[in-house]
Amino acid sequence: MADREKFLELKNVVYSFHTYGGQVKAVRDVSFEVRKGEILGIVGESGCGKSVTAQCIMRLNPEPPGFFEGGEILFEGKDVLKMTNKELRKMRREDIGFVFQDPMTSLNPTMRVGAQIEEVFLGRTDVSKKEVKEKALEIMRLVGISDVEKRYKQYPHELSGGMKQRVMIAIALVSRPSLVICDEPTTSLDVTIEAQILDLLLELREKLGMSIIMITHDLGVIARMCDRVIVMYGGKIVEKGTAQEIFYDTAHPYTKGLMGSIAKLDTAKGEKLTPIEGTPPDLFFPPKGCPFAARCEYAMDVCKDNPPCSYQLSGEHVTNCWLQHEFAPDTDLKKENAAELKEGEVK
Amino acid sequence: MNSNEKQPLVQVKDVCKYFHVGKHADLKAVDHVSFDIYKGETVGLVGESGCGKSTMGRCMIRLYEPTSGEVIYDGKDITKLSKAEQKEFCQKVQMIFQNPYASLNSRMTVKEIVGEGLKEHGMPSKEADEKVQQLLETVGLNKDHMSRFPHEFSGGQRQRIGIARALSVNPDFIICDEPISALDVSVQAQVINMLKELQEERGLTYLFIAHDLSVVKYISDRVIVMYLGTVVETAETEELYSNTLHPYTKALLSAIPEADPDKAKANKRIQIKGEIPSPINPKNCCRFAERCQYATDRCFNEMPKLREMAPGHMVACHLCDEQ
Repeated sequence: MADREKFLELKNVVYSFHTYGGQVKAVRDVSFEVRKGEILGIVGESGCGKSVTAQCIMRLNPEPPGFFEGGEILFEGKDVLKMTNKELRKMRREDIGFVFQDPMTSLNPTMRVGAQIEEVFLGRTDVSKKEVKEKALEIMRLVGISDVEKRYKQYPHELSGGMKQRVMIAIALVSRPSLVICDEPTTSLDVTIEAQILDLLLELREKLGMSIIMITHDLGVIARMCDRVIVMYGGKIVEKGTAQEIFYDTAHPYTKGLMGSIAKLDTAKGEKLTPIEGTPPDLFFPPKGCPFAARCEYAMDVCKDNPPCSYQLSGEHVTNCWLQHEFAPDTDLKKENAAELKEGEVK
Repeated sequence: MNSNEKQPLVQVKDVCKYFHVGKHADLKAVDHVSFDIYKGETVGLVGESGCGKSTMGRCMIRLYEPTSGEVIYDGKDITKLSKAEQKEFCQKVQMIFQNPYASLNSRMTVKEIVGEGLKEHGMPSKEADEKVQQLLETVGLNKDHMSRFPHEFSGGQRQRIGIARALSVNPDFIICDEPISALDVSVQAQVINMLKELQEERGLTYLFIAHDLSVVKYISDRVIVMYLGTVVETAETEELYSNTLHPYTKALLSAIPEADPDKAKANKRIQIKGEIPSPINPKNCCRFAERCQYATDRCFNEMPKLREMAPGHMVACHLCDEQ
């Protein structure tokens, strides 16, 4: 998988918001890439910067108050930050689809479902009205909406939650983008509907071959869907690797904490959950060192003042944690083959 | 747990709660539901949104008046209490609400929120203040927080305030209506552990309403599964999860996304078609029939009754009858 073509790359992105309370550093130095045909999961708690990161890619955050402090985002070799408005609109229209979190509020209640799906083609002179409608109906069938001719004319309030989410997916996919970003696509849905939507996404990936960025706080969704996983905390990436490595060969205390704090079906009755004590950091004044240091059971003196280096544990597996340093004490998380990554080094 | 020897603390007998939504339309939120809760146990009540689980919880504390049926708490029907008895009942039964952002009055300080019940039950304010301080310490906050307002707290802390408020009057029975679904993953475990510790210390009885079957499995002794206003299956936790009988429970269990990539990818899921149908004027047949892959003609014509298949394990399904 390592040699698969990467077509989206984020390099040291720093993104902040001006607010009355000061500057919120929502994303601090985030780098990762997305490869063709893969499902990349971004997992973290609310406020860890995962949604902002995803919206940066399409520049959907309102600017101002949001602004880039640094870094670059390369989409098929072009820097998104330097794109003109026209190029940006073309990218949003044709190359990247976005499925928003809450289908109840992100559809326009005054527009018919069909019109919302067709909106992408607005202003295009090379396709006729009939073709556009044909495309809309085709994509509706593809995402599993029954009785498409009737649904095409309905308003969002006439549809159920799961159906609305299917419409959202149809809107994202109608121009056959090469990348779909799903921002918590199933959080507001029931488990049975959630299972349907997740299976639909997997099926569509097989059929259309697009890449998916899956943003969620639910490790269960990550386990079912993703090839690679990024774990974010306090605006930074703390660990990334393949799903197997993240779940079975956990290297960062935060990831370990997340795993310990969920009740699984096979958790024994008397067994205690091990929550992460404390609360996430205040991003108005982000901690100088490791963002997780204040809640970390392994925290050492060095963690509080010095941001940790990156350590490469295998081809894909990278963690930002001082525990992997050669002088760090032996813990259950320390891996033998950790190699320090130098600043700017490409893995 | 031998249920024959114990006296139930709460008995729900054939409770219905209908809402009129039109001239000839009734929304049957809870339809002929019966179950018992014994002292000191935790009962999980699960189901999809719209299945009537919250309405059931609210009927049990008289936030809703049941349309018919009885809720018996400690030997007395709660719908027929005198004023004095009602006050005593309010002190014994408390509720923790789902959304910690909406269930705390934003104009009241923490001291007022937690102490409101104490004062209502006639505690002098000086004593009440001390008690509030104690309660806040029990739930992991401190006395500095007493004069603050709810907006100054995070979701997890607010839920702790909600729990302190519920505990303030020394209740015996607490209805937890999705107490953790609005919280972050790492904070959920803190709240669950706290609820468990409080139960051990104070011998509390919980009704734990949730849609997350893995959390329910972790916390409950017994589980009741509801679908569209009716109980479809109830059993002790181990029994329910190891020997699932109702097709709906099976589907629910297999739909849980498991945080384990190997298992999640190997797991063959039982897909259920479609979505939960409307509870307005439902047909008098098995409510799950439309979505059930095993449904026969009988399921579309006759309402299945809850039958005991194994000791303590009740199922409402025609298929189980036939086997």
